[in-house]
Amino acid sequence: MLNYALRRLLVAVPTLFVIVTLAFFLIRIAPGGPFDLIPDLDPTAAENLRKAYDLDKPLVEQYGNYLWRLANGDLGPSLAYRDRTVAELIAEGLPVSAQLGLTAMVLGLFAGMLCGIVAALRKNSAVDFTVMAIAMAGVGIPTFVTAPLLTLFFGLYLGWLPLSGWNNGQFAHIILPVVALALPTLAGIARITRGSMLESLGADYVRTARAKGLPEWKVISRHVLRPACMPVVSYLGPAIAGAMTGSVVIETIFGLPGIGRAFVEGALNRDYSLILGIVIVYATLIILLNLLADIIYGYLDPRVRPR
Amino acid sequence: MTAPSRSLWQDAMARFRRHRAAMASVWIMGAITALAIMVPEFWPNSLDEVNWDYLESPPTADNYLWFGTDVNGRDMFSRTFYGARISLTIGVLTTLVALVIGVAYGAIAGYRGGTPGDLMMRVVDVLYSLPALFFVIILVTVFGNSFLLIFLCIGAVEWLTLARIVRGQTLSIKEKEYVESAMAAGLSTPTILLKYIIPNVIGPVIVYVTLLIPINIIVESYLSFLGLGVQEPYTSWGRLISQGADEIGTAPWLLIIPAAFLVITLFCFNFIGDGLRDALDPKDRTR
Repeated sequence: MLNYALRRLLVAVPTLFVIVTLAFFLIRIAPGGPFDLIPDLDPTAAENLRKAYDLDKPLVEQYGNYLWRLANGDLGPSLAYRDRTVAELIAEGLPVSAQLGLTAMVLGLFAGMLCGIVAALRKNSAVDFTVMAIAMAGVGIPTFVTAPLLTLFFGLYLGWLPLSGWNNGQFAHIILPVVALALPTLAGIARITRGSMLESLGADYVRTARAKGLPEWKVISRHVLRPACMPVVSYLGPAIAGAMTGSVVIETIFGLPGIGRAFVEGALNRDYSLILGIVIVYATLIILLNLLADIIYGYLDPRVRPR
Repeated sequence: MTAPSRSLWQDAMARFRRHRAAMASVWIMGAITALAIMVPEFWPNSLDEVNWDYLESPPTADNYLWFGTDVNGRDMFSRTFYGARISLTIGVLTTLVALVIGVAYGAIAGYRGGTPGDLMMRVVDVLYSLPALFFVIILVTVFGNSFLLIFLCIGAVEWLTLARIVRGQTLSIKEKEYVESAMAAGLSTPTILLKYIIPNVIGPVIVYVTLLIPINIIVESYLSFLGLGVQEPYTSWGRLISQGADEIGTAPWLLIIPAAFLVITLFCFNFIGDGLRDALDPKDRTR
C-alpha cells in the first residue's frame, strides 16, 4: 500500500511540473503586461518596474528563476499588491478556503450518502422521488444560480441567516456558503449511492446473508453498504475538482476572503504571479486529494490493490 | 412478413419521437432559440435603451416591459433574449471547436494506434487532471475577453472527453472488414478516416455533443458571472444572473428570470441527450 502511494506520488511530480510550465508560459506570452493598468505610467518608471520584477530578462531565464525559487518554496512578489508576497496572500486566504471546502465536502459526502441510502431503501416512495428530484436539480443547476437563490430565500425572505461576509468563520456565516457549495456534491453522491445500493441490494450474497438469518441492519451495514461505497469513492476525485471551481464562485458571491476570490481579483488585476501561485496550490491540492481517494478505494476494494 | 424497410437513422428518429421529455425539450429549445433570434431584432425596447420612468420596475404590462427593468431602466425582456443569443451561440460554437479537435485527435490516436497513439492519449490523461476552468480563466485573462477568444478558449479545453470517446470507438471499428478492405484497396489514411471511421463513430459523438453544449453554456456563464466573460453593453445569461445577484434585496426578478431560462435550457439539453442516447443506442435501453 505504501509502495503504491509512493509510486503515485512520483507520477504526481511530473504532472505538477507540466501544470507549472503550461501556466507559466501561457501567462508570459500575454500581450500587454501587469503594469498596463496603472494610469499615466512614465515609460522609464515602467522600465524600472519591469526590471525590479525580473520581467526584462529572457523568457527561459525567467522560467528557470521561477522554478528555482518555487523549489525553495518562494512564489515571488505579488504584482498588484506591491508590498506583499504571493505566499503571504495565499497563507491568508487558504485557511478560509480550506474550512469552506472541507466542511462542504464532508457535508456533501455524508448527507449525500444518507439521502442515497434512504432513497434506495424506500425505493419508489415519496421520499425516494423527493430526494431524486432535489438531486437532479442539484446536479443540473450551477452554483452561481443556487447560491444567490438560497441567499434570497433564507437570508432575505426568512431572514434567518446573514447575507454575506466571513466574520472569522462564525457558524451562522458559513452555513449558506457551505450548503451552496456542497449541493452539487451532495446531489451527485446521493444519485450514485442510490444506484449502487439498488444494485448491491439485488446481489446474490445479500440474499445469502438474509437467508442465513442476519438481522436486516447487519445485512445493510455489512453486505450492502460496503460495495455500494466504491462508486462514491471514485466520484470523489471529480467532486473535489468541482468543489474547487465552485468555491471561486462562492467566495466571490459571499465576499469570503479565500484564495478563490484572490484568484478572480488576480485575474481582473492581471496579477500574474498571484494567479500562477494559486493555480499551483489548486493543482497540488487536486492531485493530493485524488491520490487520497485512490488510496481509500484500494483500502475498500482489495481487488484493485496493487501487488 | 414484410415490414417496410427502414434505415438506421429513420429507426433512431422514430425512437427519439417516442421519448416525450426529449420531444418537449426540442420544442422548448426551438421556442427559446426563435425568441433569441427575433427579440433583439424586432422588440420595441432595445437592450441598452434607458426607460427613465421605469427604473428597476418589476414585470409590468406597460411599454412591453414584461420582464421588468434593471437598475438602469433597461428592458429585461430584451436583455434576457439577447443574453440567450450570446449564451446559446457560445454554447454551440465552443462545442463545435471541441468537436473538431476532439474527433480529429481521437480518430488519429485510435487509427494510428501503437506507441504514438498511446502517447497521444497519455497527453489527454495529463490534461484531464488539470483544473480546466482555471486554465480557461488564465487564457481569458491573458488574451483579453473578446467574444471570439472566449469560445476558442472554452473549446480548447473541453475536447478531452470527445477524444477519448472517439478513440475507443475507432479502435473497435478499425478491426471491421470494411475498413480492412478499404486499406487493402490502397486508400489513403485521411480518406479512410473521413469516409469509413468518422461516419461510424458519429452516434456516441452526437449524444456527447448535446451534453457538452449545456456544460459550455455553464462555463461561459461562470466566466461572465465572475466578470471575466462578455462585457457591457453586451450581455449573457451569466452576466444577467451576476447583476441580478447584486440586486436580490430590491429586485429579485433580475435574478430569477435569467436563472430560470438558464436552468430550463440546461435541463432541455440533458433531456435531448438522454433521448438521443436511447434512440441511437438501443442496447442501452433495456436497463
